[in-house]
Amino acid sequence: MTGDYKIQSPEVAARFARLKGRPVVMDVRNLTKTFASNGLGHTTLDRISFRVFRREFLCVLGPSGCGKSTLIRIIAGLDSPTSGEVLLDGRKVDGPGPDRGMVFQSYTLFPWLTVKKNVMFGLRMAGQSGATAESEAREWINLVGLSKFENSYPHQLSGGMKQRVAIARALANRPRILLMDEPFGALDAQTRAQMQAYLLEIWKNVDVTILFITHDLDEAVYLSDRILVLGTNPSRIAEMIEDPVPRPRGRAQFVSPPFLAAYHRLNELIHPPSAEPQERTHIARMTMRGDDVE
Amino acid sequence: MVGTPRQPGGPGGRSGDCRKAARRARRRGGGASQLIGVRREKSAIPPHRKVGGLVPFGDLKPGAQLLLVWMSFLAPLVLWCAVSYIPFVWHPLMRVTDPGDVPYFKEDTLVEKKVFREENGKLVLAGKRPAAGVPANPVFLPAPHEVGRALHKSFTTPPRRNGEPWLHESLWHSIRIIFWGFFWSSVFGVPLGIVCGTFPAFSKLGEPAVDFCRYMPAPVFGALAVAVMGIYDGPKIAIIFIGTFFQQVLVVANTTRKLDTSLVEAAQTLGAGRLQVLFQVVVPGIAVDLYNDMRILLGWAWTYLIVAEYIGASSGITYFINQQAKYRIYDNVFAAILIIGVIGFGTDRILDRLGHVFFPWQKSSRPGLIRTLLDSRRKPLPA
Repeated sequence: MTGDYKIQSPEVAARFARLKGRPVVMDVRNLTKTFASNGLGHTTLDRISFRVFRREFLCVLGPSGCGKSTLIRIIAGLDSPTSGEVLLDGRKVDGPGPDRGMVFQSYTLFPWLTVKKNVMFGLRMAGQSGATAESEAREWINLVGLSKFENSYPHQLSGGMKQRVAIARALANRPRILLMDEPFGALDAQTRAQMQAYLLEIWKNVDVTILFITHDLDEAVYLSDRILVLGTNPSRIAEMIEDPVPRPRGRAQFVSPPFLAAYHRLNELIHPPSAEPQERTHIARMTMRGDDVE
Repeated sequence: MVGTPRQPGGPGGRSGDCRKAARRARRRGGGASQLIGVRREKSAIPPHRKVGGLVPFGDLKPGAQLLLVWMSFLAPLVLWCAVSYIPFVWHPLMRVTDPGDVPYFKEDTLVEKKVFREENGKLVLAGKRPAAGVPANPVFLPAPHEVGRALHKSFTTPPRRNGEPWLHESLWHSIRIIFWGFFWSSVFGVPLGIVCGTFPAFSKLGEPAVDFCRYMPAPVFGALAVAVMGIYDGPKIAIIFIGTFFQQVLVVANTTRKLDTSLVEAAQTLGAGRLQVLFQVVVPGIAVDLYNDMRILLGWAWTYLIVAEYIGASSGITYFINQQAKYRIYDNVFAAILIIGVIGFGTDRILDRLGHVFFPWQKSSRPGLIRTLLDSRRKPLPA
């Protein structure tokens, strides 16, 4: 059908060799999260361990309800693990901080601040003076192409623009790692495609490591260096896939053999063919003869 | 690559999140202000929303909206006029215009219709001169024009007795009482409410006791307040304070809890500490809702005014109303009641306008005057 997703072209293999030679930014060790419900412990994350290299683009992919969001919230410090730890540059993470910028699906821009003030927020929190923060914020707004809107309020922007402001706001803090929790999930297909291309462009030009959560297989293959696939109940790491698609990436590659190979492998992992025969649904015929649609 | 800003009249119904956002905006945009918000969203009806006054959660056309607002004031007025000016609607009494030979009738006496007819019947049988009269309403229901005249008269006639305040003095006194009661309540109630809403420890420490006190009607503290603070303005302000404060703490705490917590989380991932979250996220984040709460609470404070003014030495508008009722000048009573309504409603409308100045980021905010003028020169406002 399609080729083996593990076959890498020489340049892709060389890229992975370079990647793995870089220092480890984040080290997730044996992360377990158990929620107590009705006296029963319900494990959402089960001994998750992985590393993220500097300047890597790592996607975490999993079916809904697999605990992807819990994982990223623990890494961000918004949630605490039951056991295990997250090390950032060798230091244990405890509570949220500006070294792990986060972009949420729901934009979370401060509605009472203009675009510029939103981007300045983190800089001001870090104790920068108004003037310095402002000029720095301008640069970031310029980077995401929203200079014309720097004095607009968030409600005046479209979803894609809001998310670009959110990215600029997180990047302005110069985070060691940028955490993105299904950031394009609320956007329509066309805007999502634009934003994906856009994010790759930013990632190429800004010194940042990205941990990206998604449930969209295409998105994962298109963006990633490596893809961490989570299983459900409780979620363990199903596989860490090295994305065989060469960079730079483009929409045309969506039908290229390495893309399809990776896609099919992900599909197998996320939607495993069930052992039992699929239950057939019987729907009684309720239309007139001669009125068939097929 | 670059998206365009969302147009108010652009293609709608694109996805559910648009509709959800609109609904959320309505919910968050201050329910109470929506009740009386008149021209607020004239140009911002999303195209996918149903237009119609009887569609659940639908939108009205601006014209219909304005008409209904007028109706809401005109309908009671028309009813009042009907009762006052059309004789057969009510008019249970007769006003004597000529007493005839009835010994105890005088001109302008109000007599029940039955008595009037009986007396006249007796006179006719006895061959004496019958009394004449016109149908009339009881003295406690003056006609609109009488109240209208009283509105003018009550401000211009000097008080009956020396030392009694003029109407405007009474009103000003009442407004001062309300202001200080509400001011001191807010000085303590708003910060306490915000802290309770933000930190669960303070919520559990403060709110149960406040909730307990809330059920004690403010006037029961009247005697106590007089004992502590004398008979003049002190206890009255205290009653307004007590009546507002406990509600205020709970309302503000609830409003604070309704803040979108993802904003707080976003701030934390941007490096905001506990106090920075409180002052830079929670306070501005709830500002619009808080402001609208305050408008509702101010109305609440007005309802405590009358009982407050009964306490100690009666004063202010209550004293005026009571005096006028004693003199049986009911037109002045109605005039004073109407003035309270006008002041309350007027204040709220002004505060609503000011809200748009204070919070320019509101979705439904109308641009300021200068902005409007500038825009009108450049391009027509979107329809």
